[in-house]
Amino acid sequence: MNLSTLVREDMHALYRFLVLTRMLEERLETLFKQGHIVGGLYRSLGQEATAVGTAYALQDGDWLAPSIRDAGALYVRGLPPIAMLRQYTAREASPCAGKDNTNHFTIPELGLLGPISPLGTQLCVLNGISLTFRQRGEPRVCMTYQGEGASRTGTSHEGFAMAAALDLPMVIVLEHNRWSFGTPSYRASAVEDWADTAGAYGLPVRSVDGNDLLQVYEAAREAVERARSGGGPGVIVAETYRMSGHAQHDSQKYIPSEELDEWRARDPIGRFERVLLEDGWLSDAGLAEIRDDVDQELTRAVDTVLSEPHPPAESSRTRVYADPRQDPPEPWTRTLATESEAR
Amino acid sequence: MAVITYRDALNRALREEMERDDSVFLLGEEVGEYDGAYKVSKGLLDQFGEWRVRDTPIAENGFAGLGVGAAMVGLRPVVEFMTWNFALLAYDAIVNSAAKMYHMSGGQYNVPIVFRGPGGSALQLAAQHSQVPDPWYANIPGLKVCAPATPADALGLLKSAIRDDDPVVFIEGELLYNVKGEVPDGEHLVPIGVAEVKRPGADVTIVAHGKMVHVALQAAEHLAKELEVEAEVVDLRSLRPLDTASVIESVQRTHRAVVVEEGWPISGIGAQVVDDIQREAFDSLDAPVARVSGLDVPMHYARSLEKLIVPGPEPVIEAVKHVCYLD
Repeated sequence: MNLSTLVREDMHALYRFLVLTRMLEERLETLFKQGHIVGGLYRSLGQEATAVGTAYALQDGDWLAPSIRDAGALYVRGLPPIAMLRQYTAREASPCAGKDNTNHFTIPELGLLGPISPLGTQLCVLNGISLTFRQRGEPRVCMTYQGEGASRTGTSHEGFAMAAALDLPMVIVLEHNRWSFGTPSYRASAVEDWADTAGAYGLPVRSVDGNDLLQVYEAAREAVERARSGGGPGVIVAETYRMSGHAQHDSQKYIPSEELDEWRARDPIGRFERVLLEDGWLSDAGLAEIRDDVDQELTRAVDTVLSEPHPPAESSRTRVYADPRQDPPEPWTRTLATESEAR
Repeated sequence: MAVITYRDALNRALREEMERDDSVFLLGEEVGEYDGAYKVSKGLLDQFGEWRVRDTPIAENGFAGLGVGAAMVGLRPVVEFMTWNFALLAYDAIVNSAAKMYHMSGGQYNVPIVFRGPGGSALQLAAQHSQVPDPWYANIPGLKVCAPATPADALGLLKSAIRDDDPVVFIEGELLYNVKGEVPDGEHLVPIGVAEVKRPGADVTIVAHGKMVHVALQAAEHLAKELEVEAEVVDLRSLRPLDTASVIESVQRTHRAVVVEEGWPISGIGAQVVDDIQREAFDSLDAPVARVSGLDVPMHYARSLEKLIVPGPEPVIEAVKHVCYLD
């Protein structure tokens, strides 16, 4: 494996992103139980290495369109952890001002296109972004993610086919996490080796152990370099496992416990810690220091966010049209009620 | 003033806007090499090249979504659907991505994109190929919807749509492409969301849009000649935003109204217009407002049945007689 590009600072940063992803989601679970979060809460438990490792191969100016299980990729691309807390708890100061939910982040400055709820469309929209950059001669790479379940939609097939036909500088990460909500992937598809699917679009593909951070990073670096140098799109198949339910309400009782035990032993964070220790990148104390630092940052961030306001009532009619004069008027019933109160 | 077809007016609008602004580009099935399934894009590939006139695979949601992405980062795509019937496959990209991106990103991205193509029935194309999509899009906040009836409005509205900073659904009449009309020679822009009186009259207001404007005008000529009833025909031109004020102003003068549309009656455009009239012009009305719409069935293939489904002048004339108490 060619890891010559990664130096000590990288290894520390990668570890920090991994534990940040997991610890922030643990905070979110607590906030959910306390009633501060009501909508869907989607964890990336067990899949952190795929998101962090792939996104780490991108450069400034590149674009990222993650799925709901790629929170780690957002932090790598510069999303402040407090923004995740603000958005999940629907604060006015969240990047989308309380308009979009949970971990959907669409932020131009960071090159982020958030998940689009009906699966597959996000890939098509990213194709358009990528096409525009290429048309302008800007050497930006666009990276996106799909679970193997999402890849079964007709729109996903259209997105893969068009990325290939237009030869766009893209990297598509197919996360084989074995479950689409409560349906196992073998029941939704006859495909056994998900790398085979790339052949349908004429795309190069590389399969990796998605729980091995450095293997993921290396495959992503290769695909990103190929895309940037005009080699067109590539697919990475990350073999991984969804270790928590689809969302917070899903206790995933349908998963056999021995299967979870088997994958728990392959936990991506534990495996990366062993690499860091064995190869001398960090000591036990060094690992603990990073975890403590993240923990303190999150405590401060949670305290800050919970003191911040939710969006004001008047914003219920705003940002529908680019020209605010097109936004809808106050409902006449509300106007009447206000007049009646005034009387 | 030149007299040109509706098709050539659309072609002129595309050409003028592509010449004016490098960020405007056209994509869709058959728009390039084939000059468009209805020849609206004739000659554009030769003039602007394949980067700006891009043929796509048969993948409606795929290329509509691609257009949204391009619009988010600075281009002004015009996405052509071969017909609006096939755009049902792209309803997700139009409704979930184009219409909501500005809102869901908290105002960080606007989506200046035009989705255009023919809508409504043509001749004997049956139920899956003859649909009126107007209310499906007029219902969606975040979209603007245009449905021009004449070459001049096709030219002026499409140019405005391309310059608009929000997504515009532009519904052309499949049977209107060969309709001829006068078009101003210089720069011609028609604002989105402004209706126009196509025929003045004092006795009754007929509200229509798209192909039904022509039906309303035929009905009005008949009514004037045979019954000495002068009908005012108000062409909505845009369905979102809807120019309620122009309709109300007309009804306040005529005191009677008939609302005509090609599509199905339930939750149709006419339902909205009638609601606006009864709320804002109740005291001006001398009769209940009447609606004329397509028959509430999937379109038939047989011409003998098809003719019974799409409104022609006869039901409009009957409706006018009814609201004028002449029946």
